[in-house]
Amino acid sequence: MQMNEYKPLIVAFCCNWCSYAGADLAGNNRLNYPADVKIIRVPCSCRVNPMFILRAFQRGADGVIICGCHPGDCHYTSGNYYTRRRMAMLFSMLDYLGIEKERTRVEWVSAAEGAKFAATMNDFAEKVAALGENKRLEDLRCKR
Amino acid sequence: MQRIGVFVCWCGSNIAGTVDVQAVSDALKNEPGVVFSTNYQYMCSQAGQDMIINAVKEHNLTGIVVCSCSPRMHEATFRRTAQAAGLNPYMVEIANIREQCSWVHKDIPTGTEKAIILGKAAVAKVNLNTPLTPGESPVTKRALVIGGGIAGIQTALDIADAGFPVDIVEKKPTIGGKMAQLDKTFPTLDCAACILTPKMVDVAQNDKIRIFSYSEVTDVKGFVGNFDVTIKKNARYVKEDICTGCGACVEKCPMKKVPNEFNLGMDNRSAIYIPFAQAVPKVATIDPNACNMLKNGKCGLCARVCAAGAIDYTQKDEYIEEKYGAIVVATGFNPISMDKFDEFAYNQSKDVITSLEFERLTNAAGPTAGKLLRPSDGKHPHTIVFVQCVGSRCDACAEKGKEYCSKICCMYTAKHAMLTRDKYPDTDVYVFYIDVRTPGKNFDEFYRRAVEEYGVHYVKGMVGKVVPEGDKLKVQASDLLENKQLHIDADLVVLAAAIEPDKSARPLATMLTASMDTNDFFTEAHPKLRPVESPTAGVFLSGACQGPKDIPETVSQAGAAASKVIGLLAKDKLTGNPCIAHSNELMCNGCSSCERVCPYGAITYEDKEFRMPDRTTLVRRIAVVNPAVCQGCGACTVACPSGAMDLHGFASGQIMAEVDAICK
Amino acid sequence: MQKITQTQLIDKAASLLKDGTVSCVLGWSKGEFDYDITPAVFKTEEELKDGFVWNDFCGANFSKYLIEKTRKTEGKILVFLKPCDTYSFNQLLTEHRFDREKVYAVGIPCEGMVDVEKVKVACGDGIIKIDCGEKIAVTTLYADKPIELDAKDVLLERCVNCKSKKHVAYDELLGEEGEVLESARFDEVEKLEAMTPDERFAFWQNELSRCIRCNACRDVCPACTCEKCVFNNPQSGVENKSPANSFEEKMFHIIRAYHVAGRCTDCGECSRVCPQNIPLHLLNRKFIKDMNEFYGEYQAGSEVGQRAPLVNYTTDDVEPGEVFDRGDIDA
Repeated sequence: MQMNEYKPLIVAFCCNWCSYAGADLAGNNRLNYPADVKIIRVPCSCRVNPMFILRAFQRGADGVIICGCHPGDCHYTSGNYYTRRRMAMLFSMLDYLGIEKERTRVEWVSAAEGAKFAATMNDFAEKVAALGENKRLEDLRCKR
Repeated sequence: MQRIGVFVCWCGSNIAGTVDVQAVSDALKNEPGVVFSTNYQYMCSQAGQDMIINAVKEHNLTGIVVCSCSPRMHEATFRRTAQAAGLNPYMVEIANIREQCSWVHKDIPTGTEKAIILGKAAVAKVNLNTPLTPGESPVTKRALVIGGGIAGIQTALDIADAGFPVDIVEKKPTIGGKMAQLDKTFPTLDCAACILTPKMVDVAQNDKIRIFSYSEVTDVKGFVGNFDVTIKKNARYVKEDICTGCGACVEKCPMKKVPNEFNLGMDNRSAIYIPFAQAVPKVATIDPNACNMLKNGKCGLCARVCAAGAIDYTQKDEYIEEKYGAIVVATGFNPISMDKFDEFAYNQSKDVITSLEFERLTNAAGPTAGKLLRPSDGKHPHTIVFVQCVGSRCDACAEKGKEYCSKICCMYTAKHAMLTRDKYPDTDVYVFYIDVRTPGKNFDEFYRRAVEEYGVHYVKGMVGKVVPEGDKLKVQASDLLENKQLHIDADLVVLAAAIEPDKSARPLATMLTASMDTNDFFTEAHPKLRPVESPTAGVFLSGACQGPKDIPETVSQAGAAASKVIGLLAKDKLTGNPCIAHSNELMCNGCSSCERVCPYGAITYEDKEFRMPDRTTLVRRIAVVNPAVCQGCGACTVACPSGAMDLHGFASGQIMAEVDAICK
Repeated sequence: MQKITQTQLIDKAASLLKDGTVSCVLGWSKGEFDYDITPAVFKTEEELKDGFVWNDFCGANFSKYLIEKTRKTEGKILVFLKPCDTYSFNQLLTEHRFDREKVYAVGIPCEGMVDVEKVKVACGDGIIKIDCGEKIAVTTLYADKPIELDAKDVLLERCVNCKSKKHVAYDELLGEEGEVLESARFDEVEKLEAMTPDERFAFWQNELSRCIRCNACRDVCPACTCEKCVFNNPQSGVENKSPANSFEEKMFHIIRAYHVAGRCTDCGECSRVCPQNIPLHLLNRKFIKDMNEFYGEYQAGSEVGQRAPLVNYTTDDVEPGEVFDRGDIDA
């Protein structure tokens, strides 16, 4: 691989019923977004354990985004409401530890919002790229 | 160690156009567990599927990764392929390299690089896949319908029509519900009794349907296909199977001053009573709060006049336990109390009535035998004011009333106004409204007829105050279109009271672990796509318990609920989704966190004995997931502090492996 | 200086043992030094007289021990609970972690516990004896006479910011019922929130890099009562004893704080036992503060059967992207 250009690594967790379908729709409509975004399919955004996010960061991800159905539209009625609380708390904690808040995001993307999916990923990738490589979480316990 | 086969699809040029499929299949060949890797033009074609089947046999594959289009497209296809090859269908994972790769990226190096990473993630996941078998549970082929109004009646009839036994539980002494109290029905103006009572008779005569009237559900256990329900049959002090409904007891009963609920207290009934002439079952009931014999042992007249010998003062409440495969909630609605609406003087004047009371006043079987007479003095009213939206569409923060639109009031008020003008052309009729909402077949035409043909005065604006003065009701109102204040001397004021779910719905929802909204209406499994199902499997919704509805809508929803029930009962066994939660009992703390986030009530607790290393036994509380109820959302897996709860098909370890593969 | 005396507690325990109400007593006993008071089980009056201690170093919260003890003991266990301990006690009952019937809880008032680290700072090294009377008298190897300290000046951090003198659970209460206090326990969190992300990162990196992964914070935590901790469980995906994988190492404190979020009663034991003096309570308090702010006041353990914020929701909760919009001066 060439080393000339920094490319962020972004993990996107998408719920099967809305956001993953939204990502598929973005594909159907040939809407471009950076290949840095890699999607992991989960049944519901509430399946995303904060540990998965920490794991991604520790393994070198530069940004993590969770996409779920819009509040009120969850396939399982209430899953995304729990996601909303869990992620609010986790992201606030990461921010408190000094991890740049632009590296984490929750976005509600419906199965019809292919355009929103692509736009969200473009925007997120751009913001993460601007921050550069994620070193902080990796170095949290190593004083230099 | 798995023996994984990787199959990269070109999808013609859809994938191959931006992904070097050969490079992908070559790169994945070296991943742990992969023993075979290839690519082909159309993996989903018969030839492609055959290629997979042959490879499974030739290389003894235990797992399959297909790099192709979205799993939403062909996951089911490739699972069937795996099954045909003798593999467990859940040993297949799809890497989505079309919708989420080749179609969104432009150049081949980028697309290829990403496709390889997505393929690696899928391989990492399959390495941890385990064969899954959907659970099976038997189905009790009997349905329970809670509520015997038009919604419950229609649901029961439709289910019985398909050949399944149905029980109706109705808390009143007769089925019929609110519709039995109505006079005529919009927009066709056919009389409610003429269309409802034949259905009630059908219910009574249908040998598939049992009616538990004057009864309520007191306990529900179990899950879809296997509910154990306790029904409390309240003592009516009359032997139901012997009573002929002749009415001799009712006639002779000396206690005749009991407010008649059926006529909303506008006249009286006796202590032993039959709610109305067409009641089903047509059986007398003794009101224990009014009967002298039951209160102090003096009287006993009804027992003496009963030729059949049906009276039994010693009757006790009876508890019946029955098994059901499906439960339909049809608990209906009530008009809200007018106690908080002092401005309309409902409690000060007998001549301020609700619309349901108006129905009884104009009903030929009502307290006035259908003559429109003022409750206070029995005179014919010459000026009638109808007030719309009393308690509907209120501010969210208002202490009284409801935020929602009650939906049926615009139409029944138009009906009332039209019927009044039709019978008594000398009457002035005013209707005060915020908006007139008439979406429905022939609804707007109906309303316009009231205005244009029957000369009803529709005034946009709200009534501010009603003051009883002499034998008149002084109505102060504003006309928003003319921008002026109106003062009307009315003889009768009719309030279109908002409707709310029946009070029995909330405790019932708790028993059923069915969810409700803040207004106590039952919520649907999906507001658009599963409108007659509750999120709790096996529980269905019919009629106004789910939201305000008119009769046509209620009947169609009742039929829809029935068809869902029939679909369920027609199955001998329920096959579950195997991708569900499961708890490791050795790790479970029994802390209840998972139960609290489960939207389906799928998690229960049991005390389990564990043999300890020191040969003692320890009883610990552990979570148990009911595989027939769990839908596999995974909320519990994150709520679980000890990691005991995991999800088949999307296990924590599998997702972690995907993360690792992507982040390498 | 504690209001209630050691003798009173021994008498109470002895009489409950004698009349058969309880079969054993969970209490504090003298450790190697005067200040390292250790939890212990007493079965007879003699044992109590011999080893039971109640003084300004009895910080240990016994709630967690009840899980193990109730399983193994015939009859009831007497446990002495300071006000802050009762919250953990209730929280464990909410989580069905022990059988309430098997415990006889005696609430005892607490005037705050002393932080031996602060005593060391005040008196220097070589402490050989500490007497807890009206004042704390510290005898050291190097000073010619005992150094007297006022307990109020050397309290544990959690006692400086005591959240409650009220017992929320007991079978019997010695002394008077206290009140829930207005504390300044979130001040430190607010100070951190007011920093820039760079400053915060530097702060935490400085603190957490001292961690030696001794697991003391986890082992003492009354919310960390899992039958099998995820950090010891190969199936959890977190456990990894190999130094090649630093996930567990790096994320230990974040994962632990998250696991106890909504269940942590802010008892402060984690910071009390940390040998490296890492202010771990600042992680837990951040979660508590956020949950109070966004989802309404919630004190874990104040009642049995409460529904914690993270297993609850409302339809109009704050969006994750909005939680940053306060505190940050650079936002």
